[in-house]
Amino acid sequence: MRETTSVLPLAVSDLTFEAGGKRLVDGIGFTIPRGGLTVIIGPNGSGKSLTLRLCHGLIAPSAGAIAWAAGEGTLAGHKRHAMVFQKPVMLRRSALANVEHALAAAGAGWSERRSRAREALDRFGLTDKADRPARLMSGGEQQRLAIARAWALRPEILFLDEPTSQLDPGATRQIEQMILALKAEGVTLVMATHDMGQARRLADRVLFLHRGRLVEDAPAETFFSGPASAEARAFIAGDLVW
Amino acid sequence: MDIAQSFAAAFALILGADPAFLAIVRLSLAVTLTAVAVAALIGLPVGALLALSRFPGRGAVIVLVNALMGLPPVVAGLLVFLLLSRSGPLGPLGLLFTPTAMVCAQAILVLPIVIAITRQLVEDLHGEYREHLASLGLTGLRAIPTLLWDGRFALATAILAGFGRASAEVGAVLIVGGNIAGYTRTMTTAIALETSKGDLPLALGLGIVLILLTLGINAVTYAASRVGARFAG
Repeated sequence: MRETTSVLPLAVSDLTFEAGGKRLVDGIGFTIPRGGLTVIIGPNGSGKSLTLRLCHGLIAPSAGAIAWAAGEGTLAGHKRHAMVFQKPVMLRRSALANVEHALAAAGAGWSERRSRAREALDRFGLTDKADRPARLMSGGEQQRLAIARAWALRPEILFLDEPTSQLDPGATRQIEQMILALKAEGVTLVMATHDMGQARRLADRVLFLHRGRLVEDAPAETFFSGPASAEARAFIAGDLVW
Repeated sequence: MDIAQSFAAAFALILGADPAFLAIVRLSLAVTLTAVAVAALIGLPVGALLALSRFPGRGAVIVLVNALMGLPPVVAGLLVFLLLSRSGPLGPLGLLFTPTAMVCAQAILVLPIVIAITRQLVEDLHGEYREHLASLGLTGLRAIPTLLWDGRFALATAILAGFGRASAEVGAVLIVGGNIAGYTRTMTTAIALETSKGDLPLALGLGIVLILLTLGINAVTYAASRVGARFAG
């Protein structure tokens, strides 16, 4: 009997998503092993966000498979993948209660909730914001809280959908530092972005999407120094709009 | 008796805490508060359910509930009267002309308000929260507790609106309660009766209490929305 200790690798094959007669994600396939930061990059409408949502199980694919090493990405009844959205969804409660709510949904007991939520806020420098209504915090603080809330769930893999696209440079830098800290902790990360500079700063591996297709899957260094496809060269040069 | 004398007598009644006067106020509050509690207990979950479920004819149900917010109190009273009258389906319970019958009638008036406002509010909130809640595994009906709790300040406003409607109506409680002195006489039915009898001080006194009550409800509603704004942003 093989003991399963990880939901990874995540194997995605022939992933297709259609809506309104349009094929928005078109036969994508890739594997996410444990560790590292994979950036999904591509112009607007290339299917980055949809790919993340499909992997996280928020929407069902029209065709293809999303195969986790264990269950549906769950281990011992616990979902081991979490997601941070472009526009953080803040419940109408305090910062601390936002984290506690996520832990309660994951089945944590009352006292465990409290201590793990405090730990998450401490971990990401939000200790003094614990009692503030989450929706009254700044955009950068909200996104930090969203990441802290996801981290509190102890995911093996975290999907991030353009987490800094609505933030100013200072807040973006903070979020990027958080992401790197998560990577150092061993959390596997998959992040969608259309920010080339951010991809250069963070990526270990790049998946380049264009019009719903996976055009390139390469180590970051290779991708940025010598992209194989004409589309990727045009995108890096800033010529490819869609 | 001129108007000035009537007002003076009315204030004397209020300040003197006349027992018969207080009994009417107490009964009115008890009936209306119970009716609102019953309507909230049923209306909050039903409204949330209506917000999250999809079934054929859902649009028609929403239109019907919205329309029932304007149900004339006398019609609600008539319906409850028919149900509870001796030959009606619930006649054997012997509830006609009791405070329980008045609670039923007022709950029917308040229920559409609570359901309609809850439905709208929960639907809007769910639109905003859906992806995050789904990410946490809170899909379908499991999203309801979060949505009701996060809508608590706006929902309090809905419930207070229901309280306002129930405390002000006269038609329903008059029909099913019968305006029996000391038993089913409420502020509104007493005002209607005493005015026609010419006992203006009692009618005026009760009218003043009713207006103060309405003012109080609106102050609480305003405070609830302010507190909500501070917490919810």
